[in-house]
Amino acid sequence: MINKIFKKLFKYFHFSPKNIFIHIFLIFMCLLSIIPLLWLLSTALKGRSENIFAYPPVFLPQDFTLDNFKEVLKLVPIIKYVINSFIVAFFTVVLNVVLSALAAYPLARMNFKGKKIAFFAILSTIMVPFQTIMLPVYIITLKLHLVDSYSDTMGYLGLILPFAVNAFGIFLMRQAFMTISREVEESAVVDGCNSFQIFSLILLPMVKPTIALLAIFTFIGSWGEFLWPSIVLTNDNLFTLPVGINNLSGAFSADYRLVAAGSIISIVPILIFFIALQKYFIQGSQDGAVKG
Amino acid sequence: MDKRNELGAYLFLLPAGIILLVFFFIPFFHTIFLSFFDYSSDIYHPNFVFLKNYIDLISSPLFLKTILNTFYFLILCVPFLVIFPLFLAILINQKIVCKTLYKLLIYIPVVISIVVVAIAFKWLYAPNGLLNYFLELLNIDSIGWLSDTRYSMISVALVTIYKGVGYYMMIYLSALMSVPNELYEAADIDGASFFKKHMLVSIPHIMPVIALVSTISSISALKVFVEIYVMTKGGPLDSTKTIVYYIYEKAFENLDLGIASAGAVILLFIVMIFSILNIFVFEKDKYKV
Repeated sequence: MINKIFKKLFKYFHFSPKNIFIHIFLIFMCLLSIIPLLWLLSTALKGRSENIFAYPPVFLPQDFTLDNFKEVLKLVPIIKYVINSFIVAFFTVVLNVVLSALAAYPLARMNFKGKKIAFFAILSTIMVPFQTIMLPVYIITLKLHLVDSYSDTMGYLGLILPFAVNAFGIFLMRQAFMTISREVEESAVVDGCNSFQIFSLILLPMVKPTIALLAIFTFIGSWGEFLWPSIVLTNDNLFTLPVGINNLSGAFSADYRLVAAGSIISIVPILIFFIALQKYFIQGSQDGAVKG
Repeated sequence: MDKRNELGAYLFLLPAGIILLVFFFIPFFHTIFLSFFDYSSDIYHPNFVFLKNYIDLISSPLFLKTILNTFYFLILCVPFLVIFPLFLAILINQKIVCKTLYKLLIYIPVVISIVVVAIAFKWLYAPNGLLNYFLELLNIDSIGWLSDTRYSMISVALVTIYKGVGYYMMIYLSALMSVPNELYEAADIDGASFFKKHMLVSIPHIMPVIALVSTISSISALKVFVEIYVMTKGGPLDSTKTIVYYIYEKAFENLDLGIASAGAVILLFIVMIFSILNIFVFEKDKYKV
């Protein structure tokens, strides 16, 4: 009887000696992937009386407390950092989607003088990493007063505009437009639509999945961006999360509980975002190298 | 009609064009321009020195060391990031339960900011941290993960690997889905083992994707910065100082704009070798006019 149930279970779960080995290995990999974060969480939950350097290390907090979270929120404006990160990521996403779609449409669908030049100009930007031009980008940003010492709005713009569009986004949208059959457009022309109407009323709704993909990957990229904000920001009022958390880790290096608590708070929003939109992440990699 | 259409095309391209002009093309030419000037004596009155910055860099032991360090870092991560995620993807692609859960958990490090990942690892690497404890369990003496020049770069590379595995695994997974099932069935009929089946069917079929992953992971290895900035600041004894870190230091700490720009141009040439391969060979379908 029990034997039979086991056999059924095995069959239902596709268990076989080979698959059991695979499961064990994958479970091990999943553990490796979350242990660094769980260890951070464990440290953040340990109270004052507990030695975080205890030897051997203790995984479950003995003096369990949320005080570290309360304290780090009191000492450092993490919520403000979250809001800043959100503002920057939100507008970066909106601009990327709009500008990439606009630029991709003529490249996919129209014939015009200089198309090849425009195409290769955009393509050439892929070859040049931001790190090699960051200094002049900084100089221009200063010249345009897009810095937080001028005003908060200008500071936000300085974080957003240099990343408002990139070639990866344009080519991603272009590919999406190219998969739509031309007949759809031709019938719209017969109905008297102009190019902008064709673009906004007919083609854009058809590439929604690609827009979602571009939006999500741009959001993740912008949310995690460290190099540029750490160069332009001078004012703690506009710090985004990565800059704020890095600053926190320098300022409180003596108390790792607080650094850990701050880090954990900072990853909660992106984890929620990730879990809510998981299906896009799994589908999304089909379009491969979205990241720069 | 046609003329109007042409005007329309330019209008569509205009907003992206302005952004790329201001934040890409002008800075790009400005970098090359700056690299011909000497800012080290007086930042307000630079002298035109033409190629002197390049000559200085090539003869500077520190800069050469940063190039070597960067390639050392690349060799530490890229082979692993090309092979291991493929292995994982093949395993996850089997008919097994909990697939989605495995994918999600392995992907988590990808979505978390590299700053937080680096902070988490700094904590694992601490002298009396978790990793040294595991070493002790294995009867190995504890290691100065970030403080010993022999291990510092390896420790940095581990962080990059940790953050990259899920990303490349997803790319491989979608590539594996395009392998026709009949090929596996044929291999099964021929009695091929699990290992042989994938060596002979999966891997040859997705070779272009393997090539793509090699170039994109190489390009991101050449650009490595944040891990190093957060964990080691290029130390100890410059053992983790990479090209981008060097450029950053010269540009924003020493304000030596000329040298920083010449370094950037050199980096650009190195990166271009990989991106040209990518654009004109591995992804040429995506970038056809």
